[in-house]
Amino acid sequence: MARAVTPRRKMLNTAVAWIIGLLIFFPILWIVILSFKTEGDAIRTPLGVLTSGWTFDSYSVVQERSDYFHHFWNSVILSVGSTVLGLVIAVPSAWAMAFVPGKQTKNVLMWMLSTKMLPPVGVLMPIYLICQSLGLLDTRIALTLILMMINLPIIIWMLYTYFREIPGDILEAARMDGAALKEEVLFVLLPMAVPGIASTLLLNIILAWNEAFWTLNLTAANSAPLTAFIASYSSPEGLFYAKLSAASTMAIAPILIMGWFSQKQLVRGLTFGAVK
Amino acid sequence: MQPTFRALLGATALTAVAAAAQAQTVTIATVNNGDMIRMQGLTQDFTEQHPDIDLEWVTLEENVLRQRVTQDIATGGGQFDVMTIGNYEVPIWANQGWLTPLENMPEGYDANDILPAIAGGLSVDGTLYAAPFYGESAMVMYRTDLAEEAGVEIPDQPTWADIKTAAEAMTDEENEIYGICLRGKAGWGENMALITAMSNSYGARWFDMDWQAQFDSPEWEATLTDYLDLMTNYGPPGASSNGFNENLSLFQQGKCGMWIDATVAASFVTDEDESTVADSVGFAQFPNKEGVDNRGNWLWSWNLAIPASSDATEAAKTFVAWATSKGYTELVAEEEGWAAAPPGTRTSLYENAEYQEAAPFAEMTLNQINAVDTKKPSVQEIPYTGAQFVAIPEFQGIGTAVGQQFSAALAGQTDAETALSNAQRATQREIDRAGYTD
Repeated sequence: MARAVTPRRKMLNTAVAWIIGLLIFFPILWIVILSFKTEGDAIRTPLGVLTSGWTFDSYSVVQERSDYFHHFWNSVILSVGSTVLGLVIAVPSAWAMAFVPGKQTKNVLMWMLSTKMLPPVGVLMPIYLICQSLGLLDTRIALTLILMMINLPIIIWMLYTYFREIPGDILEAARMDGAALKEEVLFVLLPMAVPGIASTLLLNIILAWNEAFWTLNLTAANSAPLTAFIASYSSPEGLFYAKLSAASTMAIAPILIMGWFSQKQLVRGLTFGAVK
Repeated sequence: MQPTFRALLGATALTAVAAAAQAQTVTIATVNNGDMIRMQGLTQDFTEQHPDIDLEWVTLEENVLRQRVTQDIATGGGQFDVMTIGNYEVPIWANQGWLTPLENMPEGYDANDILPAIAGGLSVDGTLYAAPFYGESAMVMYRTDLAEEAGVEIPDQPTWADIKTAAEAMTDEENEIYGICLRGKAGWGENMALITAMSNSYGARWFDMDWQAQFDSPEWEATLTDYLDLMTNYGPPGASSNGFNENLSLFQQGKCGMWIDATVAASFVTDEDESTVADSVGFAQFPNKEGVDNRGNWLWSWNLAIPASSDATEAAKTFVAWATSKGYTELVAEEEGWAAAPPGTRTSLYENAEYQEAAPFAEMTLNQINAVDTKKPSVQEIPYTGAQFVAIPEFQGIGTAVGQQFSAALAGQTDAETALSNAQRATQREIDRAGYTD
């Protein structure tokens, strides 16, 4: 029997949840507010900021100075490209580990996860030099491959967990009905794993969109995504908080909107199999 | 299609291809400072004069820029044709053979017009390796209204004792006015720029002639004790996380009586659109300790250099010459007024009556820059050159490690004595390891 929740308790829980939610969201909200202020108003006390006038000036300056759509397009290509490529590799890998596990499967999974424990800067020089000798510095191909490889362990782990929830008997039944391996995966396994694959896709697009180490270190003028766009507004000598905030708002808006619309899918995917 | 017409079409296409092949792209790595952004906005003037050169800008955060540019240059990556670098890097990189010497600049460039102190920091054996875009020293900026109210006078050439007296008189904590704002955020280019310059003006030095660290000397002890004393008694709360931008914000909001920092700040604090105290700012030279003939020797310039790995050296040189020429200064003046001209690089700018009128801080800036000797920043004998830094490759690491000690002392996590002995140990260990004492 479920525990009885009094209306008062429910209200309290809701209030606490809202406060925590607002606290987490506050820095983003403040960035959005600052982006509509003049540089002079942006450095005033919080009360001064809120009571001062509103303006679109920072947006027009940012738009005039930097090519937003060039950076935006790069972000889309890098995040979607690396995630789709990752899925193409991860689906067969996760299938093999979930349905035909060998003695070393657990170790292989752990080994893949261990690559996430290495600080990226540890391999910066070798990767930089490889890109340089292959003529791939400042290209979208190199970054797509690197972002794919960085997120591959997470994609495989997530898919592996989802696939494990699917009864092997269904796949066996398909095989008995004469389905070949390709058909088994494409027409039986994948439709059942759609929520899991969708949330993996969404989460990895977000991770790749926000990645700000490799995208800052391996790009220059051609392949720089929105992370480089934000960084270009940080200044060692001079206060450009309003412009920096406008650039940040423009960079996070697309992914924030995407996350907003797909939040149900995301939450469902992330809690999939958590409660048995 | 008529054969003649077809031939003509072919010829036109070929010409177009040839023209496209000739156009060279110059990729410029730069930081998001006001003067650099202004330059980006004015590049139409350059591209009109040189239609065969395309400019591509990569604007990066300062630390990322330093890291990217070092990586690119050390590995011969060739991603950039023009780099924005500081006068700390120029002599070190020139000695490594990483930079193209700026000889045979176009006619009318007038390299002799560059301020001698600035040119000296960018030359190796008399050859210029980078062209200064703007330069700065450090000076005292103070609130004339608060000083008057408190009944103190800050002389044009103050001593640290004068600064302390004024800081005490101007502090009014109830109204959130702090007598003095200084950098406290750890970093070789943050608090260590200020504290190294302050130590120079106290007669201290980083190393003796045998490369032995000198943090155990009485001069360093006096420097750090006085710095901590000033900041804990008359400085703003949380000063250990304040850098240039944080202090600029405090000063513009009227919360600092005095601020000792880069001269470039003068144009920000007197800007009526951004500063609430624009009409009541006075300037004085960097302080010295009584009896020490040294006003800090703070000198920084942002410069344009061409890496040896560039494959568009000539086009890059053409751009560098344009951006650092007298003509560019005049272009800025014409478009945005004389006060916006990039400061601290050319003698002719300071001789210009219109500039002197538009920039009330011009004379003080020039005096301060001219007072700098980068060949001998300390009054004692030293084995290094530099200014508010020691011009050796290891200084970025050492300076930041020492800066963390001093910042911790300011935050009250440790005392001056411990901070100095830790700094002494860390510095000596690194300098021994790097082989200077062998």
